[in-house]
Amino acid sequence: MNLSKKRRAFLNSALALISTLLIPVKGYARWDETAYNEVDIADSIRSIGIRNPGELRDASKNIELSLPEIAENGAIVPIKILSKIPKTERIFVFAEKNPQPLVSDYIFTSDVEPFVASRIKMGETAFVHVIVLADGIFYRTARQVKVTIGGCGEE
Amino acid sequence: MDKTVRFRVRLKDNIADVKIMIFHPMETGYRKNKHTAEMIPKHFIHTVKISHNGKSIMQVHWSRSVSKNPYLNFRVPNAVSGDELSIAWDDNMGESGSGTATIS
Repeated sequence: MNLSKKRRAFLNSALALISTLLIPVKGYARWDETAYNEVDIADSIRSIGIRNPGELRDASKNIELSLPEIAENGAIVPIKILSKIPKTERIFVFAEKNPQPLVSDYIFTSDVEPFVASRIKMGETAFVHVIVLADGIFYRTARQVKVTIGGCGEE
Repeated sequence: MDKTVRFRVRLKDNIADVKIMIFHPMETGYRKNKHTAEMIPKHFIHTVKISHNGKSIMQVHWSRSVSKNPYLNFRVPNAVSGDELSIAWDDNMGESGSGTATIS
């Protein structure tokens, strides 16, 4: 091997190393301001990447959704979600009649269970929609919560 | 490290059941100050990053529709006593906070 070949080999491996270092380690989607600012439930659902609501598969049996039937205080509505759909990547929560329906989204890796529990605010009686993204496919389930006292103008 | 995050961790069958509470007003922007009658500006956590022994395992995105002093419960498999769990949050006003817990 002559010198120029050696030099080229060294340069190639050096370039390969540099390009490896430049690739980001983990690519989480960022907080999507546009999606969170949508005011209509249909636009809100579209904004997470669903072009046609018809592509949403019903998964009420594979998504365990716990919500109270009646919430006396809309400022604190407990919600618990467990996805039994393999390769669950993400869970989105929408409160249909809130001023901005998209409430939260959770991005999972294989190092955490596809489960989450939290507390949300609801302005009035409405459906809560849960959309699960698993292996590139969107699934949904929904449940109505009757709200006695709305929680958006409150604490 | 600050005191905005409180942890409660239970380890059972190598699964850590993690409950956290973050002290934060989570203002919607739709509330009036009772004394001045002025609107209280929106102020909410939008991102929470969660890691296990320094490795990122989950990311959370929130809005104004998450309750004040947000509560979050999640489950970490393959956990053992001595493992470290940490969370870091960021809000829309540029404030941030973090917390770490060691599994006992």
